[in-house]
Amino acid sequence: MGSFAGGGLPPDDVVVTALRAGDETMFAALLDTWSGGMLRVARSYVSTDHSAEEVVQDTWLAVIGGIDAFESRSSVKTWVYRILINAAKKRGARESRTLPWSSFEHDGAAEEGRGLDEVPPGGRQEPPVAWPTPESEALASEVRGLIAEGLARLPPRQRTVITLRDVEGCTSEEVCEILEISAANQRVLLHRARTAVRGWLADYFESVKQPE
Amino acid sequence: MKRFTCDELAGLVTAYLEDALDRPDLDGVRTHLATCEGCERYVEQFRATVVALGDPPPEKLPADVRSRLMSAFRERRRL
Ligand SMILES: [Zn+2]
Repeated sequence: MGSFAGGGLPPDDVVVTALRAGDETMFAALLDTWSGGMLRVARSYVSTDHSAEEVVQDTWLAVIGGIDAFESRSSVKTWVYRILINAAKKRGARESRTLPWSSFEHDGAAEEGRGLDEVPPGGRQEPPVAWPTPESEALASEVRGLIAEGLARLPPRQRTVITLRDVEGCTSEEVCEILEISAANQRVLLHRARTAVRGWLADYFESVKQPE
Repeated sequence: MKRFTCDELAGLVTAYLEDALDRPDLDGVRTHLATCEGCERYVEQFRATVVALGDPPPEKLPADVRSRLMSAFRERRRL
């Protein structure tokens, strides 16, 4: 499950009041509930583990500094994630100037106008082959690894959307607010990303299939 | 009601799973799925993919970063 799907955190007003009062237990709870997901999202924009950790650290420092001024126009989660995305984008842009890595802008505007009815790469093959039930832990963990590697190859916007939605369990409304995109655009990015991941899983299951 | 080819249907799976289709499209998708085993399987695999995505390897902040942040939070109260 996503690290904060449900999460067990109290409602926002309780969280905000506690943080303002210096409640360390509450801060630790937020830190431990959200940081894993924040690292995953940060990785969509930056190239190393270290950079992702710094982005998450800077985000929390901004949260600590900003909590007194926080106005409940958005949820705390959305607020934190927007800070994260901005920090990660900045960091990513700085890296792309010094590193041979600049796929960041490539899935931008071009994505917007495309209809949902277009078949994305890796789409429907005729007919899809049945998948085994991943009963064994070994298979499940291979699948996890495969997905993690695959996500790293997605264009950043698709990766961010699928990570927020399917890995972290955010709602589509939350994702639209965090990324400031329309519902339709969110769906296109999500669909492309899911189609790609399904395609990799299909290839994988095909490759491990026992000959009949 | 709309009629969809298998390729068209594949493009609608996320919208279908998100409940974002209008009535004629939804009816078209349901009718297609009721009669097309391949697409039914495809949609099942889409769902399975979403489930698998929701079970990622664990990820957490390194201990030193976490303790730095905890002290930053503590110090803020003394300002
Ligand atoms: Zn079909």
